[in-house]
Amino acid sequence: MDLNIAMNFRRLAVTWMAAAVAASTILAVKDANAQETFITVASTTSTEQSGLFKQLLPEFKKATGIEARVVALGTGQALDMGRRGDADVVFVHDKVAEEKFVADGFGVKRLEVMYNDFIVVGPKADPAAAKGKDILAALKKIEASKAPFASRADKSGTHAAELRYWKAAGIEKPQGAWYRETGSGMGPTLNTASAMNAYALTDRGTWLSFKNRGELVIVVEGDQRLFNQYGVMLVNPAKHAHVKKEAGQKFVDWVVSPAGQAAIAAYKIDGEQLFFPNAKP
Amino acid sequence: MFEIFASLKLALDLMANGNAEFVRVVALSLELSLAAAVLGSAIGLPLGAIVAIGRFPGRRSLIVALNALLGLPSVVVGLVVYLMLSRAGPLGSWGLLFTPGAIVIAQTVLVIPIVAALARQVVEDAWNEYAEQLRSLGVGTGRAVRTLLWDTRFSLLTVALAGFGRAASEVGAVMIVGGNIDGVTRVMTTAIALETSKGDLPLALALGIVLILVVLAVNAGAYAIREWSAIRHG
Amino acid sequence: MAERPAALLRARDLTVVLGGVTVLDRLSLEILPGLRTVVLGANGAGKSVTLRALHGLVPPASGTVEWQGGRAPRQAMVFQRPVMLRRSALANVAYGLAVNGVDGEARDRRAREAIAKVGLEAIAHRPARVLSGGEQQRLALARAWALEPAILFLDEPTASLDPGAAGEVERIVAAIAAEGKRIVMTTHNLGQARRLADEIVFIHQGRVAEQTPADRFFAEPQSQHARAFLKGELPWT
Repeated sequence: MDLNIAMNFRRLAVTWMAAAVAASTILAVKDANAQETFITVASTTSTEQSGLFKQLLPEFKKATGIEARVVALGTGQALDMGRRGDADVVFVHDKVAEEKFVADGFGVKRLEVMYNDFIVVGPKADPAAAKGKDILAALKKIEASKAPFASRADKSGTHAAELRYWKAAGIEKPQGAWYRETGSGMGPTLNTASAMNAYALTDRGTWLSFKNRGELVIVVEGDQRLFNQYGVMLVNPAKHAHVKKEAGQKFVDWVVSPAGQAAIAAYKIDGEQLFFPNAKP
Repeated sequence: MFEIFASLKLALDLMANGNAEFVRVVALSLELSLAAAVLGSAIGLPLGAIVAIGRFPGRRSLIVALNALLGLPSVVVGLVVYLMLSRAGPLGSWGLLFTPGAIVIAQTVLVIPIVAALARQVVEDAWNEYAEQLRSLGVGTGRAVRTLLWDTRFSLLTVALAGFGRAASEVGAVMIVGGNIDGVTRVMTTAIALETSKGDLPLALALGIVLILVVLAVNAGAYAIREWSAIRHG
Repeated sequence: MAERPAALLRARDLTVVLGGVTVLDRLSLEILPGLRTVVLGANGAGKSVTLRALHGLVPPASGTVEWQGGRAPRQAMVFQRPVMLRRSALANVAYGLAVNGVDGEARDRRAREAIAKVGLEAIAHRPARVLSGGEQQRLALARAWALEPAILFLDEPTASLDPGAAGEVERIVAAIAAEGKRIVMTTHNLGQARRLADEIVFIHQGRVAEQTPADRFFAEPQSQHARAFLKGELPWT
């Protein structure tokens, strides 16, 4: 017996390769089976991490039978994903960039879905005395006091909004040792801010589901200018022929439909509503 | 320190009463990492053996290249695989991006150099012992490669495990090519990254502990096999 | 003198350089059929390298090894420390046959026969690498024997063995020779050389100092170096 086992190395090698091929085939088939029934949605970390999709996607699936797979990135990256054709639907929050995306022919039509709001969080002690309702005044105070501020600096929607606020506050480009660019997502940036007691601009959803707050509390909220509009759009099948336009369009249609809008409004953390549907009927 | 104890407790709790989602993430991690370890070994082991035994032009460059690849940042591998598999990339038509298959590809690319480099060492040591005897018997390079791969099989099991460890602990590349999609491509490491960014450090650490335990269990099993075989086969 | 038979193997002016050291220095040697040759010489004289060069394991820097009829016959070599593959004893013998193109039932049969001839049937299915040194060396002989070599090189085959195991190896070598296989062997054991050799090749500093029938070599060595060697060694034989 052992004679045969030892001598037939070739057979062993063949078995080994066969196992490898089988393993990859299984994986490939697994995907192929799912292929017909899912779409890929490029969205933002803020929506993913707030937990909204956990509520939304099962309801969408129940309504349409379509599985929506969400890849959560910064808005800039998410739009890039759409540009490369790696997503069927883009669901992000940076109106200016979204309109350019559509104008460049990568998106079919931008529809407004919902908004949440940005807030500024900072240390309880509030060394910059920034507490209040006026975002621009608060930023000016932070800049004047050189209190540490953590910026995402990752070309996300939140980052783009932050830069707009600085500009509106008359600060063309914040710089100095107090202004720390983390180059990472909302969660990591909040972790950094928490560790060094810095101020940071964040969306309310991520903040509500964020656990490692340390000394941080909400410093600025309620300013009209802090409203953060989300838009959804189908990636243009004319640019990328493989885009699942019917299933993708169903997703777009559903989130702006009364059912989708109701599902968004129903999502709460600790009794607090995170996203406010405002699709135009 | 409290956080670490809290995480330990949480880890034990997860393993004792793991919900379906947790089990799925662990199972997917294991499945994909094993597939990558098998594929990576299928390519890396013979590659290492050929480099160890063969004498061909470009061999030295190949060794240097393999060793350099050991230090390759996984994010770079992730990025390259992403660009290859992206719809706009050369392999875009496969539609593999953001699927488990994409993860296996990236992991395999990362596993191959480590398996090849370690296998080269193991096979080269054996070749020093075997070379005269095999050449005396009239064994050519091809058969020598197969013979040595088979004869060092217990050591190579450890090598394949190192590949498995590399695959299982991988996060950067997996995040990029898998997308960390809930229920589809979310594995232990990307789940850890996600919980970390949500600021839930105890849960993140607890998942990390589970990951270590899983890798530990696989290694312990392989070690036992190796010990037993060494006693049995010399 | 009767006409000499054609040499099985003829080495001419073999020079081998290893690591910058000239180990064989224009060594010339003829191996005639039908004899048992023992290669003697002091440590470092070049005995082992001579065998390896004849067997083709060490490429010569210059010089030639010519075989009768222009083609090397089937040959085998047994080393001081046998290298066993990590598989059963029987599989080790079968491996050698497989490498040399013997397949299927014939391979199985010849492997079993060779194992039986060296008296290892009882442990044929044991992993080869856990066998004792003596058993491994007998297994190495079986692996070589199974190939039916025209010529068998043995490099100090008993140097690492206890006297009992060494005696066993000697009996097997004699049996292989009795089948008409040409034996070329090195040893530092003069008693063994006396028992096994038909002729002695004495090597000194990488050259053949003399090649003499064994009885004559031990009675009256022709070269001065061999005389010194025997004198030095005699007390221990």
